[in-house]
Amino acid sequence: MSAPDWDLVETLERNGYSRRDFLTFCTKMAAVLGLPAASAVEIAEALETKRRPVMVWLEFQDCAGNTESMLRASHPTIAQLVLDRFSWEYHETIMAAAGEEAEKALHSAITQNKGQYVAVVEGSIPLGNPGYCTIGGRSSLDIAREVCTDAATVIAIGACAWDGGLVSCSPNPTGAVGLEEALPGLDIVNLGGCPHNVADTAAVLVHWLTYNRMPALDSYHRPLFAYGSIIHDQCERRAHYDAGEFVEHWGDEGHRQGWCLYKMGCKGPHATYNCPTVRWNEQTSWPIKGGQNCFACASHRFWDTMSPFYRRLPDVPGFGADVSAGEIGGAFVVGVAAATTAHAIVSAVRSRLRKGDEHESPTITSPDQIKEVRHAQDRGGSRDED
Amino acid sequence: MPRIVVDPVTRIEGHLRIEAEVDNDTISTAWSAGTMFRGIELIIQGHDPREAWYWMQRICSVCTVVHGLASVRAVEDALQIEVPENARLVRNLIAGSQMIQDHVVHFYHLGALDWVDVTGVLKADPVKTAQLAASISDWPKAGAGHFTAVKDRVKALVDSGQLSLFTNGYWGHPAYKLPPEADLLAVSHYLDALEFQRDFIRIHAVLGGKNPHPQSFLVGGMSTAMDPNSPEAVINPERIDFLRERVQRAREFVDQVYLPDLLAIAPFYPEWTQVGEGVGNFLAYGGYPEGSIHDPSRYFMPRGIILDRDLSTVHPFTPDKVTEYVSRSWYAYTGGDEKARAPYEGETDPNYTGPEPPYKFLNVEDKYSWLKAPRYDNKAMEVGPLARLLVAYASGHKQAKAIVDSTLSTLKLPATALFSTLGRIAARALETKLFVDQMGVWLERLADNLSSGNLEIHNGALWDPATWPKSARGFGPHEAPRGSLGHWVEIENRLVKHYQVVAPTTWNGGPRDTSGQPGPYEAALPKTRLADPSRPLEILRTIHSFDPCLACAVHVLDGRGRRYTHLDPL
Repeated sequence: MSAPDWDLVETLERNGYSRRDFLTFCTKMAAVLGLPAASAVEIAEALETKRRPVMVWLEFQDCAGNTESMLRASHPTIAQLVLDRFSWEYHETIMAAAGEEAEKALHSAITQNKGQYVAVVEGSIPLGNPGYCTIGGRSSLDIAREVCTDAATVIAIGACAWDGGLVSCSPNPTGAVGLEEALPGLDIVNLGGCPHNVADTAAVLVHWLTYNRMPALDSYHRPLFAYGSIIHDQCERRAHYDAGEFVEHWGDEGHRQGWCLYKMGCKGPHATYNCPTVRWNEQTSWPIKGGQNCFACASHRFWDTMSPFYRRLPDVPGFGADVSAGEIGGAFVVGVAAATTAHAIVSAVRSRLRKGDEHESPTITSPDQIKEVRHAQDRGGSRDED
Repeated sequence: MPRIVVDPVTRIEGHLRIEAEVDNDTISTAWSAGTMFRGIELIIQGHDPREAWYWMQRICSVCTVVHGLASVRAVEDALQIEVPENARLVRNLIAGSQMIQDHVVHFYHLGALDWVDVTGVLKADPVKTAQLAASISDWPKAGAGHFTAVKDRVKALVDSGQLSLFTNGYWGHPAYKLPPEADLLAVSHYLDALEFQRDFIRIHAVLGGKNPHPQSFLVGGMSTAMDPNSPEAVINPERIDFLRERVQRAREFVDQVYLPDLLAIAPFYPEWTQVGEGVGNFLAYGGYPEGSIHDPSRYFMPRGIILDRDLSTVHPFTPDKVTEYVSRSWYAYTGGDEKARAPYEGETDPNYTGPEPPYKFLNVEDKYSWLKAPRYDNKAMEVGPLARLLVAYASGHKQAKAIVDSTLSTLKLPATALFSTLGRIAARALETKLFVDQMGVWLERLADNLSSGNLEIHNGALWDPATWPKSARGFGPHEAPRGSLGHWVEIENRLVKHYQVVAPTTWNGGPRDTSGQPGPYEAALPKTRLADPSRPLEILRTIHSFDPCLACAVHVLDGRGRRYTHLDPL
């Protein structure tokens, strides 16, 4: 391990943070991405030496939840991302320019940096009528096509940009779709979540800055490090599930003692995300720690598949204290096999490990297979070192 | 007459377009258009009303919380559920912190760049900036060394040739009046405010699991279980201390940064107390209950109406007088678009008749917006911080009266100066002060209950839908940062049958109605003189003073019985 160039000290201080802060951040990023600790040095060097790439952030049928999530970024902070790491040249919610000047900024960002910029898309795209979402008099689809086609990399951020989200739920009044359906054939990284967790997005951006490519993805084109593990397995209340200790009523003794929310309708057993480990708002908390069910907000089409949100998940044989954690986790996943996120991720990892073919989706039928796949996920998470 | 267009209006939430006719460099007529539509009220039909809050919260994330809160209140109103005192306090703390965080972000990150020339920073003297800072506040990040670092950071940005978010701002525009040192001070506080809001909103993480979109609402109360002896309880003594620290920091930030900045910047823009008035009618549903939600006399922010700028009378509010027009909006009413409809009887069918994109101008003589035009007793009303502060002031609210009077006296301005673009910006800051002080009161009451063993957080008597009447309907009001918000829900056979939202920006940013009466944005822009019509900075100033949120403003329900059957919640 060689020490990074000491010339960067001046830059760091000028930018308002200490060298120690910076290296701490690089180490955290390596950890979130599942990279070996030594990668922190590579990350530090990459961040300090490269010219700032251009970023454009488009918003269509959105609630700005993902924008707001970015504003909560802590390592790096939004100011560091915007001022020091990227040249953030278009983002309606926070950019200085308006109207024609804003549109000019977008135009020059994408024409002068053709093939080199990062495009982020937030919100769904209405295919029902172009008039359902226009910006500067242009339709969402036109803008998305123009901007995304020539980007170095495209990120669909949040549930709506990924799979159409809430906006596309029945009866889908506007014919809303996610980016990959609006622009088929485009290579897109999907960061699901309602909204996405900024810790993961920052990690993805840092990975791209460092290695000039995205981290390992699953068959939904989501980064494995963030979407590869079942929430139930990472949950701090899991021991209560295994012990048969459940919240029966909101505010009861079990609720006050932090017992399992399964009976209240928690969707943790069907959901994948690293929410319990990266948490939110500088790792302060996450929804289950706030006493509420997980609603599986990072799962594919979760609005349609997980509602009613307070209805208990279908009963599982052996549900209760006498069944091992692995069996239960496996049984849940198998129970919803064909369409669930977990299944798809698992399938993708297996396929990749075998022959790098992302399209094959083997069926999983037993807890043993789940365990095997979990090992695969663990290995998949660190594949980027090679 | 030449027509100018601002689209996208940036530094807001959502998609807003302003068209204006300009006569001799002065705006003669303006049109406000929302250009995005989703249809969330249609989507919620057929779902379990207990989870409606989670869906409706996604209307907007800049206004995260507010639709969740209005939704649980609407359902609780329909089912006649009273929530426990602790739930009410936690809701006030969550909504109050949303108010504070939102106003700070609006002032520094959305609005400030209309008044602060970032490139002015390059000409600033850090030593003089430090003197300026010391003359207005005790805020510690104010030494010459600190300002030198900020200036160097801006200089590095400019030297790089990549201006990032500051690309193509109206820099150097003649309407920018601040001395360079004030520009530097404001840019420094832009960065400080980014840090502040990120830390402060951790209150939502504690009381709601995360932000954006905190997740602790329940019909009947909150999921924030309380226990003085349980480390796993959401609210315990350790968390109370964490919240206390954030509330204290917020008080420091507002007292030492936000309010002094307002008072320092306002005197450079005296003409903006004469511009941008709007419709002169103000509406506040009121909120932040200190007792039952059904007792408006015990709201922290009072309920009422002011008409024609007359502060001597506060008129009573009744929800029945709220209606919406669609005669200039891209919707159709059965039986004709001319007549307004009340939310419970409302109906809408999206019917886009605007120009095929790409287009240059809207057909403003016909329908031109996805926003409806809400009216109260057939009058256009302004909602938001100014409306709330005026209603509070005119109602004799002690804290509101004190802070308004002292601010007007410091700035040597009459009360009529409040009816303006700058008045709106000032009202937002003064209201923030009311809330940072009140947060401590709510928090200590919660702490008292925790230590005295009053731990009730949820009223579960009607959690089971089997206990519900066959049909019921309810109104859920809230004072969101941008103004009065109402949700109207109708429940039938345990499911949402009908849902309607009238949001603050629908009130402020809506189009004309059948009689041609303009909405507040449209009324506020005429008579504004543009120093350079090709760079209409002045339009941004007035529109931003309302703090637009278009995602909230555009909505639809379907009253013609088109429903889809959903899974029974049980």
